[in-house]
Amino acid sequence: MTKDKLYTLLKEKLGDFVELAANDTDLPTCIVDVQHIYQAIALLKDEHGFVFLTDVCGIHYPEQLLPLGVIYHLHNFKTNERIRLKTFVSAESPIVPTLTSLFESANWMERETYDFYGIVFDGHPNLKRILNVEYLDFYPMRKEYKLEDPTREDKDNRFFGR
Amino acid sequence: MERQDPHIIIQPEDIDKQYHTLNLGPTHPATHGIFQNILTMDGEKIIDAEQTIGYIHRAFEKIAERRPYYQIKPLTDRMNYCSSPINNMGWDMTFEKLMGIEVSKKVDYMRVILMELARITDHLVCNSVIGVDSGALTGFVYVFEQREAIYEIYEEMCGARLTTNMGRFGGFERDFNATAINKLRALLKRLPQVLHEFEKLLVRNRIFMDRTINVGGISAERALNYGFTGPNLRAAGVDYDVRVMNPYSSYQDFDFVIPVGQNGDVYDRFCVRQQEMWESIKIIESALENMPQGKPHVDIPHIYLPPKHEVYDKMEALIYHFKIVMGEIDPPKKEIYHAVEGGNGELGFYLVSDGGRSPYRLHFRRPSFIYYQAFPEIIKGSTLSDAILTMSSMNVIAGELDA
Repeated sequence: MTKDKLYTLLKEKLGDFVELAANDTDLPTCIVDVQHIYQAIALLKDEHGFVFLTDVCGIHYPEQLLPLGVIYHLHNFKTNERIRLKTFVSAESPIVPTLTSLFESANWMERETYDFYGIVFDGHPNLKRILNVEYLDFYPMRKEYKLEDPTREDKDNRFFGR
Repeated sequence: MERQDPHIIIQPEDIDKQYHTLNLGPTHPATHGIFQNILTMDGEKIIDAEQTIGYIHRAFEKIAERRPYYQIKPLTDRMNYCSSPINNMGWDMTFEKLMGIEVSKKVDYMRVILMELARITDHLVCNSVIGVDSGALTGFVYVFEQREAIYEIYEEMCGARLTTNMGRFGGFERDFNATAINKLRALLKRLPQVLHEFEKLLVRNRIFMDRTINVGGISAERALNYGFTGPNLRAAGVDYDVRVMNPYSSYQDFDFVIPVGQNGDVYDRFCVRQQEMWESIKIIESALENMPQGKPHVDIPHIYLPPKHEVYDKMEALIYHFKIVMGEIDPPKKEIYHAVEGGNGELGFYLVSDGGRSPYRLHFRRPSFIYYQAFPEIIKGSTLSDAILTMSSMNVIAGELDA
């Protein structure tokens, strides 16, 4: 499936809620509005044979209007095609519909995305942190949490056993 | 006449409803790794299970957003540490795909040999541990000698054994030396004999068959829905293998069979892995026989690390060395997904590059993280000892699970 074929296929059903990804990608990639992402994936699964959810992961672009994104990779085993769908949400209400009713495998992948990006999956049966401790009060993969700079000097070494 | 204590009145249905909770793990020797299962048991029968994972989460994806591309490779071999060369070379190939580099057939064939050796170690560990958990310790100790022989070949290639950090972007630092070739030939001679004996010990063993057939089974449909890949999916009857579907590293040059099972149970997983080892031996033999001549790396100075002796006395080599290690490579702005067939299934690297010195986002698709979530459904209704066997046959590696 080419980029344009995927685009026209989704455009037919969803109209203006789908657009082609602008940047350079290796797989056919479309950006779908968050209200229609479930519909788009259900359509691809039921009618176009994309029965395998390869991957779900989050991404954070702090400078964008809708900074938080979820990226889905789907695979059609019969025709051996892979596609990628993206959806973006605002940081104030980062709510994305869950895919757990379509794919069981989405369960943990969505929990991982929630754990690291704070994206809430609406309708998820067990949305809680998975790899981090439960009492963590922030979402560590967001870009505002920098990794420690090894050259920083503002730290009091007494507190770190040095 | 049945004797009954007049003070305690227990109805039969009350007894059935008395469940108890059992903590399996986090550090139980039978779980072969650090993960916890909170089981709800009715006697010895498992009613429900809840998993807790993340005990060895090391934030690889976050660290990768800061490190130069070159320094990410040591993170990858700490994921599935039973077959780290596959992870290393998967990352090398992802980077080469990002930069648009074609490596020579020589590099491809060397990678194929090392990746198939890694697959054999991975499957040897998994299958012999299935034996251990069903009560046959002998096979485990026996095949570990061969795993050791493979680790000695790794040592010749890169100096390390478990967390190998093997190879470079664009190839290898050195060709197989004479010792490595000799060790490889000795292994190819000895390993089939050992595998034969190992199979004699278990495959038609009455006790082993009774313990594993129809235990921990999953249907093909459920397995696909749960995102199974690799030997676990093939045991359920779906012949999906990344090496065939999306060939990388010249896998299309080799003739091999994808073994598939029928029931997706512990026995089928065991047999699929066993058969895959035979196929791996075939691939290695063919790659060794048809190994092309030439350099074991590409000649692109801004990608491939210069030889160490040149770094010491040539200015250009020192500059390139510094630029590669510190990440002054200038990758294009691009998004790619590259998958390799790891020991456990499709190991994917989703890489978003913004042209900077480190990835903007790097996500590892870890196969065991995705299929381990099916564990409660598989073990529901079975006994505790079967759950242990199911877990070891799924080959859940804690390092890969938690990243």
